[in-house]
Amino acid sequence: MQRHLISAADLTRDDAVLILDTAEEMARVADRPIKKLPTLRGRTVVNLFFEDSTRTRISFEAAEKRLSADVINFTAKGSSVSKGESLKDTAQTLEAMGVDAVVIRHGASGAPYRLATSGWIDAAVVNAGDGTHQHPTQALLDAFTVRRRLVGRDTGLGKDLDGRRITLVGDILHSRVARSNVDLLHTLGAEVTLVAPPTLLPVGVETWPCEVSYDLDSTLPKSDAVMLLRVQRERMNAAFFPTEREYSRRYGLDGDRMAKMPDHAVVMHPGPMVRGMEITAEVADSDRCTAVEQVTNGVSIRMAVLYLLLGGNEPAVSHARTTEEK
Amino acid sequence: MSKTLIRGAKVLGGDPQDVLIDGAVVEAVGRNLPAEGAEVVEADGKVLLPGLVDLHTHLREPGREDSETVLTGTRAAASGGYTNVFAMANTFPVADTAGVVEQVWRLGQESGYCDVQPIGAVTVGLEGAKLAELGAMHESAAGVTVFSDDGKCVHDAVIMRRALEYVKAFGGVVAQHAQEPRLTEGAQMNEGVVSAELGLGGWPAVAEESVIARDVLLAEHVGSRVHICHLSTAGSVEIVRWAKSRGIDVTAEVTPHHLLLTDELVRSYNPVYKVNPPLRTERDVMALREALADGTIDIVATDHAPHPHEDKDCEWAAAAMGMVGLETALSVVQETMVDTGLLDWAGVADRMSFKPAQIGQATGHGRPVSAGEPANLTLVESAYRGQVDPAGFASRSRNTPYEGRELPGRVTHTWLRGKATLVDGKLT
Repeated sequence: MQRHLISAADLTRDDAVLILDTAEEMARVADRPIKKLPTLRGRTVVNLFFEDSTRTRISFEAAEKRLSADVINFTAKGSSVSKGESLKDTAQTLEAMGVDAVVIRHGASGAPYRLATSGWIDAAVVNAGDGTHQHPTQALLDAFTVRRRLVGRDTGLGKDLDGRRITLVGDILHSRVARSNVDLLHTLGAEVTLVAPPTLLPVGVETWPCEVSYDLDSTLPKSDAVMLLRVQRERMNAAFFPTEREYSRRYGLDGDRMAKMPDHAVVMHPGPMVRGMEITAEVADSDRCTAVEQVTNGVSIRMAVLYLLLGGNEPAVSHARTTEEK
Repeated sequence: MSKTLIRGAKVLGGDPQDVLIDGAVVEAVGRNLPAEGAEVVEADGKVLLPGLVDLHTHLREPGREDSETVLTGTRAAASGGYTNVFAMANTFPVADTAGVVEQVWRLGQESGYCDVQPIGAVTVGLEGAKLAELGAMHESAAGVTVFSDDGKCVHDAVIMRRALEYVKAFGGVVAQHAQEPRLTEGAQMNEGVVSAELGLGGWPAVAEESVIARDVLLAEHVGSRVHICHLSTAGSVEIVRWAKSRGIDVTAEVTPHHLLLTDELVRSYNPVYKVNPPLRTERDVMALREALADGTIDIVATDHAPHPHEDKDCEWAAAAMGMVGLETALSVVQETMVDTGLLDWAGVADRMSFKPAQIGQATGHGRPVSAGEPANLTLVESAYRGQVDPAGFASRSRNTPYEGRELPGRVTHTWLRGKATLVDGKLT
């Protein structure tokens, strides 16, 4: 049976906890002198990146190599894609070379879903970020980071995030990270609050399983973790907010604001950070900021996902929506 | 001339009668008409309608013959029960000169399956900046009376005003594709709950409604007639209803797909559901049905928009917008309007033949089924139910959202001026 990871919304609580627990096992590999497992030896994974993303691609590549998979990197720039080749043809070409899994990053929302459900290829599909839709491994590594920090590395095993209060701040409208996190954190029992100027919240957000606020200051004291999202400077030209400075004053996290958070609360950022915009250097470099840990955890999570999709005996990641429509 | 006797047909859904065609005209309608010398078609309780008229068809020729030609498009039209289609102007080159509209008109004459009435562009190159030579297109052999930049909105209020005024000189009408361009930059689907979840750029209802509101007010101000293409929202219905109650000379159309499908289908990311204006919500669908029933929306128009396979066999954002519709329109209208009790067959004849012919000033089409009228007729087996199989389409393109869906009704015969173009579901 073919299995994919397309959306965080497709994961059940048990799927997600299993991935987090598996990632903890994978993390121990990183502490060994030889950071390699033979699990995916002889399996080929292609990193199919239609959008620039050095961090995510390197993270997947590290995960694949630690699992001993053969890795092919495909980036759209300078490739046949720029000559007009379609996603379908590209995917079929790669599969013809004997690929077991496709890790895809694409600028079009739904492209990984199409790849997984259109009958174009048989390989497992892992969504590494599609348009403004989903970025499930990012949400998983964020949940992993929150669980480690707030519940504990060993005490967290088998546990979800029941009752933890997590606040996401920034450009929700254009953020696949936000969508994935709302889905996954909700599944894991967390209470999610989105904070953004109204212009950066999608019409329809009221149906999401979370709270929405326009006021950061009143939300901070009630947050166990505050996740900041990058705000792209070019949004300013489209009148989403008046100026960078005004955004920063109203929604940026600085030292004074961080002081309003409970002592145990952490600050998270998926990167790349725009220092001086959504986060000040003081906050970014503080002990409470988990940005660097998140990068480390990303490798463990991606190892866990690939292991469970390609190597694990039990199906860890179900994808009900895909199978129903076949 | 040859004679055809259609025996036992429910004319506009009424009691079974015989209809005798002599040459290009209906000679008689009544009971027990003599079959002598006539080819007999046993209607056997099928519904006989006036030949359908589509005010909104994309035939793609010239320029995109890979998706449709005038010939394949008119064959699709005949298959769907149409005897007259209005061909939209967004071809390559754009139908913004007398030369291009005459070419399309002549290709329609040559096809012989369905009359083709070209629509002229309102502005040069559909660019919204400079009026095309509307008068020249009207005076050409094509005799254009309907003008539209469909696919693009005549968004400049002054250009729209001038167009509305100018065509009054020869009784023309401007058909507006209502879409405020700034509000729909990067738009991929209806803006709402589903777009928020799918992360696809939103096409808000207000982008349609604000333009319709402006245009009905402009039409009122300059005393012109305006036609609104493919209404898709409940709010648009309210505005048109208000405008009509105020006596503004506005007409409006709805597509079959907006009467049946909702944006929930976009969750599949299958671009076969990608269309402009986009599929809306259940609430909008119900409002559109009600408006078509009560006459607020005057007509059904297909917005038949053929696209080659590769333009749909891709990721959503890369896909072309549009659906083919000529060969499924009547079935969808039966499903959504007739079988739901909202409209009877006389109402269908009104919305799909009489009124569109009236709005487009089509001569010889949209006429009553009675003696002395042109024999443009469509015979429908309303009791039929079957799955839509695009492999059987006469259109060159297969981009239907109904593949595999069970729909009622099937057109078995179409006559264009007495000549059968479709017999037992097969093109002649």
